[in-house]
Amino acid sequence: MRVRGRRSRSGKMVAPQPLRVVRCGGSKLSGARAAFSADAKYLLCASGDYVKVYSTATEKCVHILQGHTNLVTGIQLNPQNHMQLYSCSLDGTIKLWDFTDGILIKTFVVGYKLFAFYMLAGSEDSVFIIIPKNDEDFLDWFQLVSVKLPKTPDQEVEAKELSLILDDIGQWPKCTAFGREGEYVASVRGLHLLVYFFKKKKINRFSLSATSKKGANNYFTCVACHPKEDCIASGHKDGKIRLWRNFNHKREYTFSTLHWHHDVVMDLAFSVEGTSLLSGGVESVLVQWRDGSDYKKEFLPRLGSTIEHISASPDGTFYCTSHTENKIIIIHSSLSVSAVIQGLVKGSDVKTGLVVDPRTKALVLNGKPGHLQFYCLQTDKQLYNLDIVQQEYIHQIGLNQVDLVKAAFSAQGNWLATVEQREEKEVELELQMKLWNYDEQTQSFTLNTRINMPHEDHVTALCFRDTDELEDGTPTLVTAGNDGRFKVWVLVNDSDSEKPSMGWSCDFVGSYHNYPATNCCFSEDGSLLAVSFEETVTVWNSDTWDLICTFCHPPGRIQNLCFGRLSCSKYLLGTTDCGFLCCWNLLSCALEWSAQLNVMVLQPDPLSENIAAVSRLLEGSDLFVFKPNEPRPFCIQRNVCRERVQCAVFIPRDVPDSIGSEKHQWLSRSQLYFLTETQDLLTFSTKSAEERLTPSSRQLAVEESLPMTPFSLLLGKHRHQQQSKENADLDTAVVQSHLAQGSPAVKELLHTSAHVLPSASFLCSIFINSVLISKENKSAGEVVDVVEMDSEKAEDESDEDLELTEMEQDINPTEFLGEITEIKLSKSQEKQLRKIRRMDYSWVAAL
Amino acid sequence: MANYKPVVVQSFPKLGEKITQDTLYWKSYKTPVQIKEFGAVNKIDFSPIPPHNYAVTASSRIHIYGRYSLEPIKTFSRFKDAAYCATYRDDGKLLVAGSEEAVHVVDFLTDKYRIVSGADDYTSKLWDIPSATEIVSYSEHMDYVRCGCTSKLNTDLFVTGSYDHTVKIFDVRTEKSVMTVEHGQPVESVLLFPSGGLLVSAGGRYVKVWDILKGGQLLVSLKNHHKTVTCLCLSSSGQRLLSGSLDRHVKVYSTASYKVVHSFDYAASILSLALAPEDETIVVGMTNGVLNVKNRKREESKERFPKKKRPGYRTFVKGRNYMPKQEDFFVSKPVRSHLRKYDRLLKSFQVTKALDVVLEARNRTPEITVAVMQELNRRGTLQNALAGRDETQLSVLLAFLIRYVVEPRFAPMLIKVAEMIIDIYLPVVGQSAVIDKQFLRLQEIIEKEIDYQAELLEVLGMMDTLFATMAKKKATSLEENKTNGILRILEKATSN
Repeated sequence: MRVRGRRSRSGKMVAPQPLRVVRCGGSKLSGARAAFSADAKYLLCASGDYVKVYSTATEKCVHILQGHTNLVTGIQLNPQNHMQLYSCSLDGTIKLWDFTDGILIKTFVVGYKLFAFYMLAGSEDSVFIIIPKNDEDFLDWFQLVSVKLPKTPDQEVEAKELSLILDDIGQWPKCTAFGREGEYVASVRGLHLLVYFFKKKKINRFSLSATSKKGANNYFTCVACHPKEDCIASGHKDGKIRLWRNFNHKREYTFSTLHWHHDVVMDLAFSVEGTSLLSGGVESVLVQWRDGSDYKKEFLPRLGSTIEHISASPDGTFYCTSHTENKIIIIHSSLSVSAVIQGLVKGSDVKTGLVVDPRTKALVLNGKPGHLQFYCLQTDKQLYNLDIVQQEYIHQIGLNQVDLVKAAFSAQGNWLATVEQREEKEVELELQMKLWNYDEQTQSFTLNTRINMPHEDHVTALCFRDTDELEDGTPTLVTAGNDGRFKVWVLVNDSDSEKPSMGWSCDFVGSYHNYPATNCCFSEDGSLLAVSFEETVTVWNSDTWDLICTFCHPPGRIQNLCFGRLSCSKYLLGTTDCGFLCCWNLLSCALEWSAQLNVMVLQPDPLSENIAAVSRLLEGSDLFVFKPNEPRPFCIQRNVCRERVQCAVFIPRDVPDSIGSEKHQWLSRSQLYFLTETQDLLTFSTKSAEERLTPSSRQLAVEESLPMTPFSLLLGKHRHQQQSKENADLDTAVVQSHLAQGSPAVKELLHTSAHVLPSASFLCSIFINSVLISKENKSAGEVVDVVEMDSEKAEDESDEDLELTEMEQDINPTEFLGEITEIKLSKSQEKQLRKIRRMDYSWVAAL
Repeated sequence: MANYKPVVVQSFPKLGEKITQDTLYWKSYKTPVQIKEFGAVNKIDFSPIPPHNYAVTASSRIHIYGRYSLEPIKTFSRFKDAAYCATYRDDGKLLVAGSEEAVHVVDFLTDKYRIVSGADDYTSKLWDIPSATEIVSYSEHMDYVRCGCTSKLNTDLFVTGSYDHTVKIFDVRTEKSVMTVEHGQPVESVLLFPSGGLLVSAGGRYVKVWDILKGGQLLVSLKNHHKTVTCLCLSSSGQRLLSGSLDRHVKVYSTASYKVVHSFDYAASILSLALAPEDETIVVGMTNGVLNVKNRKREESKERFPKKKRPGYRTFVKGRNYMPKQEDFFVSKPVRSHLRKYDRLLKSFQVTKALDVVLEARNRTPEITVAVMQELNRRGTLQNALAGRDETQLSVLLAFLIRYVVEPRFAPMLIKVAEMIIDIYLPVVGQSAVIDKQFLRLQEIIEKEIDYQAELLEVLGMMDTLFATMAKKKATSLEENKTNGILRILEKATSN
């Protein structure tokens, strides 16, 4: 689960444990190109402020690299050490990670917003980044600069040595690419392709005309460089791909054109050997061009949504495509889908609002176009997608697609009602209501009834009557429409003697002075139906469908409507658009109380009397939680977010949470989630940020993420036994043997044949030195610690060990001297010491 | 990834009756044979023994018809006055009919030696056949006795129905009636179930079923006719009850649920009705003297066609019933979904071809054609598909439009198509006589439809005012039925 503290915004509370607003539901996975680890076992992708490490085999998230404080814009494996990863972020830092263990190694502070990051295998100490010019965002003027990364041992290093390479380029990482062995860099912006040759320090600029007679649109969208040849591929807005060659001449350059896409080419990537070029775009078809030929192309169609980024694994086995619907597809090089990593799909607009599936307690909202997604918030995982529209989706910009606009579940989750609409030129409206029955056998919803044009105009609300299964009431659904009617639909048994069949049909149509119906809801026991018609709330008897009474609070139009629950079921609450929250008593048919509050969202808790109202003032949304019988809210949370809150929902917890503070008791049984205009899913947490970061998850061993096979189980057991045995006698024996054999001097001495060895006098001192056990190590308390650290080091720096041993031994004594003086170390001190241990000592070698 | 999703063909609810097992059963009769009788047919009775001739009583004659002959085998015409109720004895050797003194009902008791009669002098009598003498006379009814029947199980039991609204059950061993049930309307017909436990009476618009064993308790009252029900009949299986009425309908009820499962329509008011054993023939007599005879279709007619050469059964089951052994590896083959031709074309974005394919389908399935048009419209390529057609292709398209444009379920889509076609082909109008003619025809149809709709709206307005004055109280609940009711009335108005 993604967590982000916003203490500053909600900091006004004085309660001992302040409520914090936290983001949840994951963030965009497709923000930057994903990267594969060298062995293609892991997929690394930027996700909001984090970098996530996924296993390509199991699709599981192995590590979350947390540390950046703003959007991560680029990630790249360290070409020098393929177990390390560089990431850059808008917060102005470049971080180096060990992604197999999920540890932050180093931070380079650059101080500008970083939009892209490139590192070349050849140049060890300098990297390339894209920054805004003069650190100002105006006119989106960006520069490619190279930064020298200083080799200091500190954890946090300032990297200020910038040198300009290219000016006035595109901000997107895919608009810049480095050529074969880093000899040149190509960058596109608008109608220009810039190629900078590092050796000659020369810039070649190629321009295209904006449009041609044939209606081409030549704007560049992305660029990729061939890894082996001098060839640049560029994608264009009209779907053309151009392959540029001979571009070191200003005049005699050539290009060939590949054209299949009918819309923008979103990204291009060459395979590792450069034999094939991959392209993708709005059509959501991955196209593989072999040998740059227009005829040899292969397709992988129906990938779901627009392809935003394409990357290839270094070993050539996989490709991966990032999609707009927050999805990463890992594709085998034979163009077959191997795995799908799916995050919470956030469309442009969540029209259905937030709905809870009573069965799975999953959050239900618009997913892929025409689909309903079931998202489990506990595991932060998409459970499944339900295809509602059941039509072939045509990926084309500007097409009027069928939208899923409403969804509602019956109380037990047996029935699901959905409304989809397609609007064309305002006049033509296609509406369809579908009713889905939960099938126990297939464990999913099956279509039961399809109703064409349930209303003449837009459906504004729909709700089921909450009848208990025991009561044997017929399932009832009410829809309210802008055509001024509300309709009651009931399940009728229209089976004949041969085949049983159940279907929904209209039972009653009601209207009130032909005003558009805006809201509808049933009371808790299902005996009353409240329907709001513009300014008036009408209450109907749900048995006879007689109008019982009306309420209004002029001059405001009713925006939200809900009944009180449990002990407050005699109250009906409504909000008006002129900023009033009204509470009517149904027994006395009178206004009980009203408050001036510009309520955007009114949401009752299904498990208690509590009602949450989110109001909006000039800036920032406030949350009020109250009981209908008491006009004073018992919880006020100012400024929960800056944007408008679109919808909110209470999701019952599996296990009631123990909340210490009396004030936040309302969160103990159900959790409040709300969705803002910017499609951020937020919730409240009473725990502090540190508590919520579960450290154990970060230490997941690599093996644990591998798939469980009977063989691995068997082996794992065996290994486990061995390990525990070894550990038992590790304390005593291993100390010496490890130190003695581990020394390269001794190894060298023993493994080299005698006739090539230097004179004994020369070797003597080295040998003696290596065999010596430093005095400090004998202090019993510290022995274990040292061993642990050493073994760790042996893993981490196996390559560098050879050169470093001698140096380290110089340092060790000083370190341990410190330890001796105070034998009992506090935890924090110990941590610090470990940190020092892990530091890069390569600078010593440089001395 | 996901497969291609085929075009969704909208299914529209069938207006009118649904196809059930019952409708299939009752519809499988040949076209009726009409025989003109001399007067209103008041009774039809089938002989219980093969070849199941039937006696038709009309005016002062009784005709006996064979199963398939249209000419009477035998005619009895020695009646001075109108004859009534010619009924066969169980062995089919004797026929009894009432005449003179208005004996409207006669029947044999099951012992074959006695006759029951009911007359307009309010009496019902029992006669001995060998001696031709009256055994007993009951005069309990207060009005004409117009119907009756005898029990098939008990030799002494019979039932009479009278215009005094009662049905009485008599046991000939007793002096008085043993049971009386109040029907509520003049009783036109009575019927005992073969089991003898249930009694059906028809009178007025009602058909009522009584449980005799429970002491004459009303089991169910059916009101499915809107004029007097005149005759009742049971199907041979006893599962269905038929009732004929002056409203020209014969309704078939299920005796389990007492719901109407089928309904027949006739040209005139029905007076009598009979079913041959095994429901082989249904004969209906009407007030205008027409006898309507329907014979069941023969099943073997299908067999006459030569069988198509098809792969044998074994071809299909080959390898299917192989049980995998334990060491076998099970490799499942993905099921290939077969797409329709238009789907295959749509999948590869060949829109014009797809439209051509669905238009070619000889207009058998306009739903599919319209569904494909809808799909093309959704994809924004309908215009492309419609454009660039030559004369023959366009005339096919126009013919389709002319045929279906006014059909309410297709109208929204087809109007749009028509608009597009006019826009596209406006510049070339006048170049082809065929197309011009079709355009004119289309215009004519649409004008007619507009007039019709305007008329309908007028009627709707009238209805609204009527309803507004009629129903003040339950104004809200009326709304749902209003449209339906009006439509039904309109339908009738147009059919008349």
